[in-house]
Parts: sequence; C-alpha cells; structure tokens
Amino acid sequence: MNKPFAVVLDASTSLCNKTGSWRTKRPEYITRLPPCNSACPAGENIQQWLYFAIEGKFFDAWKVMVERNPFPAVIGRVCYSMCEKACNRAITDGAVNINLLERSIGDLAIAKGWEFEKNANYPGKKILIIGAGPSGLSAAYFLKKLGHEVTIYDNHKKPGGMMRYGVPRYRLPNNVLDTEIKRIVNFGVKIICDKKIDDICAAIKEFDAVYIAVGASIALKPDVKIESGSNIVDAVGLFQKLENEDKDLPYLGQTVLVCGGGNTAIDAARSSLRLGAKNVKIIYRRTIDDMPANENEIGEALAEGIEILCLRTISKVDKNKIFVDKMNYDREASILSKSGELEILYADSVIFAIGQSVDKDMFSNIEGINVSENGVIEVDENMMTEIPGVFAGGDAISGKRTVTHAIAWGKKASNYIDAYLRSTKVTKPPKNEVITFKRLNVAYYTKNPRKNVFIPMDISFKEKDTSYSGKKIIEEASRCFSCGNCFHCDNCYGYCPDGTIIKHKDGSLEFNYDYCKGCGICASECPCGAIKMIEE
Amino acid sequence: MSSLTLGNRIKSENVTIQASRLRPNTISSGHRACQGCGEALAARCAIDAAYEAANGKIILVNATGCLEVFSCATPENAWKIPWIHSLFGNAPAVASGVAAALSNQKRNDIRIIAQGGDGSTYDIGMGCLSGMFERNDDVLYICYDNQAYMNTGVQRSGATLPFTRTATTLPNSKYMGNDPQTGKNVPQIAMAHGIPYVATASIGHIHDLEQKIAKAVQINGARYVHIHVPCPLGWGFEPSKTVKIAKLAIKCGLFPLFEAENGKVTKSTPIDEVIAVDDYLKAQRRFAHLFSKSASPDPLSFLQKIADKNIEKYGLKKGISNE
Repeated sequence: MNKPFAVVLDASTSLCNKTGSWRTKRPEYITRLPPCNSACPAGENIQQWLYFAIEGKFFDAWKVMVERNPFPAVIGRVCYSMCEKACNRAITDGAVNINLLERSIGDLAIAKGWEFEKNANYPGKKILIIGAGPSGLSAAYFLKKLGHEVTIYDNHKKPGGMMRYGVPRYRLPNNVLDTEIKRIVNFGVKIICDKKIDDICAAIKEFDAVYIAVGASIALKPDVKIESGSNIVDAVGLFQKLENEDKDLPYLGQTVLVCGGGNTAIDAARSSLRLGAKNVKIIYRRTIDDMPANENEIGEALAEGIEILCLRTISKVDKNKIFVDKMNYDREASILSKSGELEILYADSVIFAIGQSVDKDMFSNIEGINVSENGVIEVDENMMTEIPGVFAGGDAISGKRTVTHAIAWGKKASNYIDAYLRSTKVTKPPKNEVITFKRLNVAYYTKNPRKNVFIPMDISFKEKDTSYSGKKIIEEASRCFSCGNCFHCDNCYGYCPDGTIIKHKDGSLEFNYDYCKGCGICASECPCGAIKMIEE
Repeated sequence: MSSLTLGNRIKSENVTIQASRLRPNTISSGHRACQGCGEALAARCAIDAAYEAANGKIILVNATGCLEVFSCATPENAWKIPWIHSLFGNAPAVASGVAAALSNQKRNDIRIIAQGGDGSTYDIGMGCLSGMFERNDDVLYICYDNQAYMNTGVQRSGATLPFTRTATTLPNSKYMGNDPQTGKNVPQIAMAHGIPYVATASIGHIHDLEQKIAKAVQINGARYVHIHVPCPLGWGFEPSKTVKIAKLAIKCGLFPLFEAENGKVTKSTPIDEVIAVDDYLKAQRRFAHLFSKSASPDPLSFLQKIADKNIEKYGLKKGISNE
C-alpha cells in the first residue's frame, strides 16, 4: 500500500465488482418491422431509405428503394401509399409524406442519371416475359439482378403497360416513365415491342422459363340494356387511344357520365374534363366512402368540379337518355338493393369503367393455361401454370390491380422462377414483429405536423410539380419515427445509471453485460422500440 | 430526428455530454446502486458536466448517504476523480476547508464540489450548509433529492412530500402518511442567503441539468444545485420507470425547474403540457394509500395546490415565463 498521503483507494476499483450478476432480465438491441414496410405491397424498406435521406445521402436512399422497386419516380406518383396509412406518426401529427419523398428522390435519380449497379454477369438462364407492364418489367429487373438473360415481348407500340395506357399523363408524365424503363433496358433487359405472341408454346421451347404478365386489358361489359345509337365508350380503350395520340378519339361531347367507383373511373372522368367535356358525373352504386378509388384522387376530382352521384346504377342507355335506378345500401349487412325509384339523366356519352379481365382469347388454344371465371389466369402456390416453367403474375392473376401490387408480383415471380431454374425452393425469411404505436416513446419526438402540399392544378394533361429537393427532402424525412430501428439518439447510452453501454467510434452501441443490472431504463427511454428486455 | 433525445447522429449542437463517446464517466461501472437508481444517473450526469466545465480539475466532497455508500465501499471505489468523505453532516464544512486550503495555495483552477442526499442537506448538514452559504465559500453544493433516507430503509426527511408513506410515516387512523405541516424548501432557503447561484434540475431533463451544472461550476462563491432523483425502491415503481417518473414530476409542477441568481429567480423551464399531480402520484406505491377506495380526496387536492402554486410562482405555463 504505497499510496500518497491520505489516499486510501485507487480510482475506478469498482470495476472488479461485476454487477451483471444481479440481473434477471437482459436488454438486447433488436429490429422490429416498421408498419410502413409491413404495409408496402412491394415490401420496400421505407424506414431504411428515410434513414439515409435524413442524412442527405440520397443516392444510398435511392439504392435501398430500387432493391425492392425499380420504379421509384413512377411509384412516387401513382402509388396509393398504404405505407402512409400505416405510419405510426399518423396517430400524432400526420403521417410522413412517404409518397412525395419517394417521388422526389426518384426524380433526383432521373435528374442525376443514376443507373442500376451491374452485378457480375454469370451465365444465367434465358427467360421470356410476355408483357412489358409494371409486373413484367419488375420481374425482368429482378431476374436480371439474379443473373439471368431476360427478353420481354409486348404487343403495344411502347413498353409500360398500364403505367402508360392506364394512368393518365397528368398523374404520370411520359418522360418519367420512359426514363425509368430506359434504365431497365440499360441494365441489360431486352424489350421487343409490337410483338404478338401467336404461339406461346413455340416461344416456350426457346426459353428456359416464361413469365406471363399480360395484365387485364379487356374492359368488362356492363350488364346494361343499350339501345342502338347510344354513345358508349370503354375507359381502357379511351386511354389507349389517348396515349397513342390517335386522331380517331371517341366522341365524348359536353356532358359525360362515367360509371364505376375505382381509380379508372376517376381517371376517365378527369380525362374527359381535359378533353373538353364541361359537365362530368360519376355514377357509383354504393356510397362515396365505399368507393375503391383512392381518397386523394376522389378529392381532386371533386375539386375539379366532377360530380359523384352515389347509390345509383344505370339500367338502360337509350341514345342520350340514361335510365338510372336509385339503390339502397346496408353497409353492415353488405346488402345492395334497388329502391324502386327511377331517375333519368341526359349525357352525350357514357364511359364504363367497371373492371377489366384477362384476354381469354390469347390462351384459348393453349392447354395448361386456364383462365378462371373471374377472368384471371390460374396458378399454383409457386405462381406456375399447369405448364412447367410457365409462370403468370400481376393483374393477370390478381384482383388487387395497382402498379405497386404489380411490381410486387414481379419480384415474387422472379424468386419463384429463379428457384425453379435452380431446382430449389423459395425460402421466406422470418418476418420481424411489426412495431405498434404503444411501443414507441413519442415524447422524444419534436412536434412537426405534416404539411400537406396542395397545389391547385390546371385542368390539363400537364403534371403539377410538387417534388421536393435537397433540404426539403431532409426536413420531411426527419419526421420519420424510425419505428423499431435504432436511429442513434444515444438515449440508452446516456440514461444508463450504470454506464454499461459501450459506444463505438462509428456510433454503434453494445451492452456490456458484465455490469448491466437489467433495470430496463434503456428500453423504456428508447424512442423507437429498438431495445427488448429478455428474461434470463 | 429530434432535439429532445440525448444525442443526435446528424447534428452536433444541442446534444448532451452524456451522449458523447468521450464523456468522462467520472463514476465507473461496478458501483453498488440499486437497479434503475436515479441518483447514480444524476451523479454521473452532473459530475461529468462539471468535469468538462472545469477541464477535469475538480475535487468532490461527499456527505454520507446512498451515493457515498454505493460509490465507495472499501476496498472498491467507483470514482475516477479526487473524492473525500468525512461525516454525514459536515460535507459543506469540509468543502469550505478544501476551498480555503486551495485558495491559500493559489490553486484557483481547481473547482470544489460538495454533494449529498436530501438527508445530509435538509436535516443533518443544514447548519454546515448554511454556514458555507453565508460565508459565500467558493463551493458548488449539489443535493441529490430522493425525498427520504433510502440507504437506511426509507425514513422520512425534511424533503419528504406531504402524505408520503415512508417507514416512519406509515398511514394510520391519524395521519395519511407524512404530516403535511412539516418539511422545508432548501432551494428557497439557499436563495434566502443571497448566494450567487441556485438552480433546480432533474434527470428527466438532462440537457437542462448539464447546462446548469456547467454554469454553476464557472461561478465563484457559494452555489447550490438541487437535483430531483427518483428512487425505484423507496418510492415504489419499476426500475425501468426512473426517468419517466422524473419527467412526470416536472410535468405536473411538483418539481419546478428554475434558476435564481443572488436570491432572485431569473429563469424557469416552462412545461409543455401540464398534467394533474394524480398522474405522477399514482405511478408510485408511496402514494398508493391516497388512491384507495376509502381515501379522502383532500391530500390529493393539497398536493395539487402545491403544484399549482409552483406553476404560478415560477411561471411554468408556456408563454408566461418568468424570464
């Protein structure tokens, strides 16, 4: 004990007392699944790209986006943002404007000319994709990423499918779509347009696998009495002609009646306005709250002066005289019935947008590809038809027909096709538990209510430009709670009464279980629920 | 991202010392504080902040109490800096002596900090503390207030809140816990001495705590900082809730955060959203008897009045700051 005068104990000798032995519960850093990621049909890792966006690392953010979705700028415009509906911030001061951020970063990628990173091109298999819509293009992109050689055939003049021929230009301008498709072509995917597949069977022999992504392009015929001389237009046909800049557009007139409640109906109504109609009405059989169309789209349509007549169906069209039945709808029992009351409306044209189905004729003479009564191609749990190596997906097999779902189908199909070609099985990684609002400690987030960007729109086919740039992207992205994923706020490190957390140079954190007494302050002060207490 | 968390991976401003990888860690791991100890957390936050403000030149004088017992049980010592303990009540006097000795040696660069719990501050060491204040000795005194003698088994002190259940104030037919006619307010007593700086702080607001300590360290003369430190064992709540309880105490107004210079309140920290005292009290078993079915509502309204008075007195309502 050779110590200076009055010194009896050395500094920090308490370190020999391993207080970790007191513990009954152990904190662990975990990742929980953020609700946005969980809700995204395409399974985008939204929280992760927001994390990079907050840091101003937009290229990294974009790279995370395109891991799951090759069309950020398109999806940032046309997606109905299930993520925002699921966002935990929606409970406090408004969801993070994820859609707008995706669009903004997507647009930045276009402006900067970012391309997909080419991976080592090891000899893969030859795959044919029929249909260059969102599902086909996405499958092509993911298969190419996996190392395969991909060719797409499409029977239209230009690739894009419903993104081109189903979404009006004021929502998705052509240059955006063209650039994002071009990027896939640059990546090495071969797209051959204006090509009809007369004999799929013959084509199949040339390729190791085929993915049928032909969409649902045939408009459903309404069950309505139509007298001769009536002016009936189908929405799909109208959009196609519009896109091809066909001179021979169907005559719409001044007064247009659109029948349907989905997004196509809204698009048709808004396009009619843009084509010169003065008086556009939408007829829908249930109430406005039951419309499958996106809320924002409905709102914008109403703002443009489109009238929505609910609880009505058309029973007969006789030239410009339209006979309408008023309906009764009991939502709880889900019973829709005619009220017996009749109404007569007058219109120059009637557009039907009541749904689409697969072109049955395309497959009528092919054994093994069956189109069901509901108008979708039948596939097994691996998305394969009865013909081995021939897969189908997208709108052609599903009822949820949005661009986002189609992209998700493309990704899914790419996995099944790849597994088939390698004679393996698709293994789904375990899904982390979704983090609920209750697990967050929202007191640590500064209040910052969502700013809804509403720029009144001219009634034209020009898109309104709402994209954010630089600082504004960071500002909005910073509203992310980072649910279930550590964002390095250092609360656990700072609040630990025992100083048991080690902070490394790169900012990463680690528990030193030698001293952790298991009090759980770290877990309860973690804003985003990224620490779990585990019984020992 | 948020400015309310201790650190921030993007910005370097408005982050706490506690979030820094290079914080001094003046008190080491391996100390024997209970799970979730508010005092252990407060001590590291306060002394780390003081260490930074004084360029590492500080001497600690500790009164007897939880902090002394858990941080320095022979042969183990958790402190990384010079530290001395003498008796329960004489920490302010010892600190005054250390300050006088250093001043004699013209070592004005070294800052002296005396610290103790509410027992040594409010009761046992009150005389020495008052002496240190009236002589305006160059010492910063930090009181870690957990509102009872925790180390010896939760006996009441002069800092115990009215109606608290402690080992010596068990609710009975005559009293609903601690007698509301008792107790004192040491921050006010310190202010009454007219010393240059008095402040209250809490582990529920570490940004504020660090700023106040840093400011106090740099002032000459007698200074007093009073830190609210919830005690899971003595107050009866889950150890994981320590910081939450501290935040609730601030939010309901029972623990006002303010600064006073030369006897006058100069600044207070307004409350974002004031909550009822019930929300704070209900979370602790030491007040459970106030919420039993047969309990009279009077104690709760008595405590609510204290909170309301604090809010008014210190201007804690947002927008009506006392500044």
